[in-house]
Amino acid sequence: MTAALQVEGLNRAFGALPVTRDVNLTLERGARRALIGPNGAGKTTLVNLITGVLKPQSGRVVLDGNDITGTSQAERARRGLARTFQINQLFRGLTVIENLCMTIGERDGHCNNMWRSAGSRRLVIDEALDHLDSLRLTDDALKLVRELPYGRQRLVEIAIALAQKPRVLLLDEPAAGVPSSESHLILDVVAALDPDIAVLIIEHDMDVVFRFAKEITVLVQGAVFTQGTPNEIMNNEQVRAVYLGQESHRGGRQGMHHG
Amino acid sequence: MGASETMTPAAREPTRERAANYLLERHRFGWAEALPWLIAIAAFFVFPDRMTFGSQVLVMVMFALSLDLILGYAGIVTLGHAAFFGVGAYTVGLAAARLQWTEPISGLFAAAIAAGIVGFISGWFLLRYRGLTLLMLTLATAILLQETGNLRSDISGGYDGLPGLTFKPLLGIFDYDLYGHTYYLYALAALAVVFFFVRRVVYSPFGQALTGIRENVRRMHAIGSPVHWRLVTVYTIAAAIAGVAGALFTQTNAYVTLTVFDFDNSAKVMVMLILGGTGRLYGAFVGAAVYMVLEDYFSKLSPTFWQFGIGLVLVLTVLFAPRGLLGLFEKVGEYFTGRKHS
Repeated sequence: MTAALQVEGLNRAFGALPVTRDVNLTLERGARRALIGPNGAGKTTLVNLITGVLKPQSGRVVLDGNDITGTSQAERARRGLARTFQINQLFRGLTVIENLCMTIGERDGHCNNMWRSAGSRRLVIDEALDHLDSLRLTDDALKLVRELPYGRQRLVEIAIALAQKPRVLLLDEPAAGVPSSESHLILDVVAALDPDIAVLIIEHDMDVVFRFAKEITVLVQGAVFTQGTPNEIMNNEQVRAVYLGQESHRGGRQGMHHG
Repeated sequence: MGASETMTPAAREPTRERAANYLLERHRFGWAEALPWLIAIAAFFVFPDRMTFGSQVLVMVMFALSLDLILGYAGIVTLGHAAFFGVGAYTVGLAAARLQWTEPISGLFAAAIAAGIVGFISGWFLLRYRGLTLLMLTLATAILLQETGNLRSDISGGYDGLPGLTFKPLLGIFDYDLYGHTYYLYALAALAVVFFFVRRVVYSPFGQALTGIRENVRRMHAIGSPVHWRLVTVYTIAAAIAGVAGALFTQTNAYVTLTVFDFDNSAKVMVMLILGGTGRLYGAFVGAAVYMVLEDYFSKLSPTFWQFGIGLVLVLTVLFAPRGLLGLFEKVGEYFTGRKHS
């Protein structure tokens, strides 16, 4: 069986600074993998390389057995690779439901049509509402995104990625910036994701990582430091030294919430 | 949010229906939309001796409408939209002066095609850029076209332009009249056709995708939208419509000079649109009409300093009605009805 996503020997440097060094990573179908590492380890850069925001200097990205290294971001999205952003990237001036309808419209190719009214597709609207229902956003459907509290916006971010019906989903710190009183909602959603979707989650909160992930990849200075099951990672002395020992990370995030 | 968590599916149904109905009904015509057209028809009977001016207003409404499509909906900022107006204006001008092709309606189609082609080619290259770079490149496009015309003044007539053009009677029946009655109704009919088309486009899934590009282009890439292709498509459509407006300009004035390519013309149409309100279709109507009437009024009041008046109105609009005059009307409406538009 081909892997859902395979990254082979990926390299990328910004000027003289290598930010991704010879990274290999495999997501099997239905994988639940966490990507962890200290700040500046190149986690988001790796997501940007996989999704095509950035081009690698060498290496390959293979989606479902097809080499997609040379394809555009949009092409990858159409082939079933979805992501959420570390910082919300939403249509802030549009309503929540329009954010979802837009996603479904682009996914199904309706957006090439410039004659039929967008509002005449009842099926799209119903599907958008189903997505909102499942994330308990129905009450906010007609609100503008920018009027929502950040935690709710974060859910819209995830709703959009799910509405893409991806086969591979990359979650870049889905609970970042969300007060801990609300983050459980997001983590419940992540835990309840369709088991067929291969998921890679970047997360700083180790409780979340150990609860969600079946495999963990540790990235340090752009290179894969080690990978393994949560137990192996937890008991790995070197990992503890470079990462888990740095309580400042979790402390830093908690501090952000209170500060 | 607490309420929705405990809500049963049956209790959620009305909320769903409300959201669905909003989208299902949004593209339907509202009664208020008849208003600008009724005003335009009323003007024909109330000011029969001002119909030449009236035609100019309609031309500028169409020009501003084409800009709204790219600026208001897709968020493309351009300072060279006069390029397409000019191409349209010179298409019918040159066809009439050099080829004796003086049938007006086919002239509009020819202008749309010519301007559309220029829009497609320039858009294909320029729309990879955004912000200031795009601003300069669109400006340069208009200047390049103007200078090309100047270079071949043997064909274009240079800055003296092509004076004294004559066109065949409309549909072979209605001839040009001194008061501009025929051409006013002709321009109004053309505007109605163009408006109906633009309105369809804006409310289509394609139009929605344009607003998506305006709101967040990074997200559009991430959900698989062919952003560049969408921008080139709408840029071509807007160019074609600006071309039709330019063609009407030449036909109603019976002359054309290279000033149609002026930076002034690009800036003026943008001022009109901002004055009326961007991204709301009827902003083009309000903006162009108010601007033209004010220009007419102030220039009679003070032939030297009339631009001061226009400038003052624009400053006041931007300061106190950042969403344009239409946005201001809506705000006042909300105040009285207590209802909020979204």
